[in-house]
Amino acid sequence: MAERSFAAEVEQLRIGAGETFHGEGILAVTKALLQSGVAYVGGYQGSPISHLMDVFADANDLMAELGVHFEASASEATAAAMLAASVNYPLRGAVAWKSVVGTNVASDALSNVASGGVTGGALVILGEDYGEGSSIMQERTHAFAMKSQMWLLDPRPDLGLMVDMVEQGFRLSEASATPVMLELRVRACHMTGSFVARDNRRPPMTVGEAAANPVRDTDRIVLPPANFLHEHEKIEQRWPAAIDYVRDAKLNERFGPDEDDIGIIVQGGLFNTLNRALELIGLSNAWGDTALPVHVLNCVYPLVPDEIAAFCAGKHAVLIVEEGQPEFIEHELNTLVRRADLQTAIVGKAVLPRAGEYTGQVLREGLAKFLREWAPDRAPVETPLAAPAVTPAMVPQRPAGFCTGCPERPIFSAMKLVQRELGEFHVSADIGCHLFSILPPFHIGNTTMGYGLGSAGASAFKPAGKRAIAMMGDGGFWHNGLTSGIGNAVFNKDDTLTIIVDNGYSAATGGQDIPSSKAFNKARVTNNPIERAVRGVGVGWARTMTRTYDVGGMRDAIRDAVTSPEKGPKVLIAQSECQLNRQRRVKPAMAKAIKAGNRVVRERFGVDPDTCTGDHACIRLSGCPSLTIRDNPDPLRQDPVAHVDNSCVGCGVCGEVSHAAVLCPSFYKAQLVFNPTRWDRMRAAMRDWWIGLLQRHETRSRLARGF
Amino acid sequence: MASDTRISIAILGLGGQGGGVLADWIVQLGEAAGFVTQGTSVPGVAQRTGSTVYYIEWMRAGDRRPVLALMPVPGDVDIVIASELMEAGRAMLRGFVSDRTTLIASTHRVYAIAEKSAPGDGRASDERILAAARERSARFIGFDMDAAAIAAGSVISSTLFGALAASEALPVPRSAFEDAIRAGGKAVEASLRAFAAGHDAARSAPAALPDARPVLVPPVPTTVAGRRIADRIVAHLPAPAHPFALEGARRLMDYQDDGYARLYLDRLEALAALDPDGLLTAEAARHLALWMAYEDTIRVAGLKVRESRTARVRAEVRAQPGQILGLVEYMHPRFEEICETLPAGIGARLLAGERWRRLLAPRFEKGRHVETSGIRWFTAMRLLSAMRRFRRGTLKYRVEQARIEDWLARITTAARSDPALALELVRCQRLIKGYGDTHVRGWDKFTRLMAAAENMAGRSDAGARLAMLREAALADESGSALDAELARLAA
Repeated sequence: MAERSFAAEVEQLRIGAGETFHGEGILAVTKALLQSGVAYVGGYQGSPISHLMDVFADANDLMAELGVHFEASASEATAAAMLAASVNYPLRGAVAWKSVVGTNVASDALSNVASGGVTGGALVILGEDYGEGSSIMQERTHAFAMKSQMWLLDPRPDLGLMVDMVEQGFRLSEASATPVMLELRVRACHMTGSFVARDNRRPPMTVGEAAANPVRDTDRIVLPPANFLHEHEKIEQRWPAAIDYVRDAKLNERFGPDEDDIGIIVQGGLFNTLNRALELIGLSNAWGDTALPVHVLNCVYPLVPDEIAAFCAGKHAVLIVEEGQPEFIEHELNTLVRRADLQTAIVGKAVLPRAGEYTGQVLREGLAKFLREWAPDRAPVETPLAAPAVTPAMVPQRPAGFCTGCPERPIFSAMKLVQRELGEFHVSADIGCHLFSILPPFHIGNTTMGYGLGSAGASAFKPAGKRAIAMMGDGGFWHNGLTSGIGNAVFNKDDTLTIIVDNGYSAATGGQDIPSSKAFNKARVTNNPIERAVRGVGVGWARTMTRTYDVGGMRDAIRDAVTSPEKGPKVLIAQSECQLNRQRRVKPAMAKAIKAGNRVVRERFGVDPDTCTGDHACIRLSGCPSLTIRDNPDPLRQDPVAHVDNSCVGCGVCGEVSHAAVLCPSFYKAQLVFNPTRWDRMRAAMRDWWIGLLQRHETRSRLARGF
Repeated sequence: MASDTRISIAILGLGGQGGGVLADWIVQLGEAAGFVTQGTSVPGVAQRTGSTVYYIEWMRAGDRRPVLALMPVPGDVDIVIASELMEAGRAMLRGFVSDRTTLIASTHRVYAIAEKSAPGDGRASDERILAAARERSARFIGFDMDAAAIAAGSVISSTLFGALAASEALPVPRSAFEDAIRAGGKAVEASLRAFAAGHDAARSAPAALPDARPVLVPPVPTTVAGRRIADRIVAHLPAPAHPFALEGARRLMDYQDDGYARLYLDRLEALAALDPDGLLTAEAARHLALWMAYEDTIRVAGLKVRESRTARVRAEVRAQPGQILGLVEYMHPRFEEICETLPAGIGARLLAGERWRRLLAPRFEKGRHVETSGIRWFTAMRLLSAMRRFRRGTLKYRVEQARIEDWLARITTAARSDPALALELVRCQRLIKGYGDTHVRGWDKFTRLMAAAENMAGRSDAGARLAMLREAALADESGSALDAELARLAA
């Protein structure tokens, strides 16, 4: 079950020609695929493209009606390999993932499909995780397009245009026998808007029909001598065909006046930000009526030489607004104007930052620099912004952290306790929520090398007295960790500990099901235990802890694993359900049960402020959002006391931590009984009578001797 | 304003606060009112409790499709909504708040991990952010919208939406806002209640400071012994020390008895004799009371069994009147704490003897779940608290009094030559807190500071240096900041 349900939104995917579609960018792209007669869809979840996969999963019934095949791929590589279906058959197919990391994983299959070429349109939809909010290394997908000769679309953020680009992408792919990438930036994925829909189209051929009538063409297979043939084909036929299509279909757009001695070329995805920056210096308006000629590259690779030459002709200088580095387009433009024998100066990173996101402010400053140099009469008068009234030191940073009640927190609390006993360990971290262990308050984790690569990242550390520890998520485990990490560790006689976080979902990407999920899923096979899989590849020391919240137990298990005399890789599977998903399920169920009159016990934790001394050791071992601080009610004390707020879900970690770390007696667990039974009430009456008696006596005697 | 027909709105919030719901409402509100609207967000890792920005633009619908931006530009935002005070600070830091901005912010705090985990008080200053908010925005609407939402049984997004309606920064009537909530279809009634609460509060409340810390109200004596002690404080201690001394004496009578409070006053009076302006005595009244009321098993048991504690817990966990409430304490008395509660002679022998430790310590290695709502454990805790009358004979009492006397001797010596140093020595008591290992670490830092103070004695800046060392000692748990500071001072 994914974090967000699109069941309601999916209904909109059914609307027909002429109706207006309202919704998020990702949803619009889904609708565009159905309108394009796509035959199969696959992909791997990851921000910002997760919702695309969730929408597909929720739209399973609709897709089945249309004869469209959908599957959640095991990894980006398997998703890319799925495009094999378009090699021999006129099947339109689309796969999606997070880039650049997913493209890295997929690149083997991508190179193969790009080399042999395709018959049906093959579209790769990429959620480009660059800039604010990104969680990955800042690299460009553009490089993959260039090295594999795949075409890269980067549409202007306008829902209607994005939808058109999906259809155009398929056509471009078919016209040039080449797979096409459609890049969507983070905010475009989640941008709301509207467009006028067209009817959904059944694919002219389904994947089932293709399988029933196999076609074989050995010239499409990457094997000598065909691979040499492919290289020539790419250069001599597919590239020119693509350029012709991009030009003739007018994929790139022109804004502003025809004539000027300066101009701007911009990646389509950055146009809206550029327009705002132009507007702020008085050179455009809210409708994109730019006062300078702007050439918008909705297709950033390949460039169309005549288009570029025509745009640059007669201009002293052209600004290229290209985000990220290296500045591939700027290099290419320089080559193109040279070849066209134009004297136009191509200005890019000379006035814009080489690295970092191009926000409105950044582009405004870059534009001003460009204008000051090439059109001083149109340059804005610089009025420096007022210095901010607030300095960075005044506003505390908010690194991401584990959610309230997260089952991963106690794993790292336990590791911190083991480190107190045995000293620090080298910890090879992995991609996923558990990577937050690197941040405060845990400060655990030395490197992270890629999804599912936690164990592989520790493989060079042959122990001399102390074992290295690797982390791996269940998502990463099924993505590739089982083979690249665990199998490899067995094979190479590694002597490390791998802790696999088995929280029941691919949690960091939004709670999608994976093979070891506990949930029943009618479209998938779940409930495949991780421990069986690791024993299957030869791990001897494997243990499953079914309740990570048992901090003491986790600590003992980790200590055992790192001190056990047994050689070979050890695998500790730390199993507890992702709390975000659990709460989504449990909360309404509990409310319903209380309403129905059933006996329900709700647990939550609290801190006694008069025994808490305000040293916050508990917070340094937990970091739970619901465990916070507040003013010390004791007028003599100065430091704030710990406090559990009402968002507590009663997971129990704070109590277990204070037990395991021998912290303090301030934590209590409160058990609120709803709809008590008669026995509950009887027992409570007895207790209240006795406790009340003692308490009243205690109060009397204390007041008598008191102040 | 870049365009007089466009309205730009930025929402700064924390993942999980419902910022997405609020953004959706504002988008729908605009669409229903005939605007072309666009909203964007950055879900993903930022939503896992980090800060995140939602951005919305409204544009009067016309013949042509406008080009709307996907992120706020500094100086070009009409409305900034911050779901927490430091997020309002972040909005200003990023330049989103300008002289044309209506800033709507909840003034409550959700503390960042660095603020929470500091061994001392690591909280950022609210006052500076509030002052900047008032100064830099065209209009600032700020109050505790979280509390208002909770009181209405809803979440903060609804009160923020109410405050937005009340601000009249958007050209739509209140009823349109309520329609947007209804159209959302989820928890409509509670959301509307919280919306109304937010709306009304924004109309009436001036931008208020969050509650300042309650000032100390000196207790009024209620017993003969108490009055005698209060009279002695007024007669023999300097006026600045009265409030703390009265509270300190009250606490120690509660902790032990009036004899113990008299010992406290004996100690304070000795310091007062060396302290002409009373500042040292006032500070000592605070810290000496805290130290003398040290936490032992007897004290903890005593606090856990009180009537007032039951009432406080019931309120805290929002138990309904009459609702059955179970209570389980997480206690972990170690072998050391048990020995310290025993008569000094026995306790010391047990602690010193390896054989006893080997034999007995394993029995105390596991934490205990103490069910104080049950008859058995409650009675046991009550009996333990009654050990108070034997406290003076315990090992812990002997150890703590010796430590206190040593500390007071250092203060007395310093007070004669360097009052500033004496004051800082008093304040070092702040380091001694926590239980078990935490207490050991705090005590270790304290002793290092005492040693450092001894070495610095005679320097003109000894007090200031000791204060710096104390700040360093409170900066982290491991003591690495203290190590660095000590090394720096030694160089």
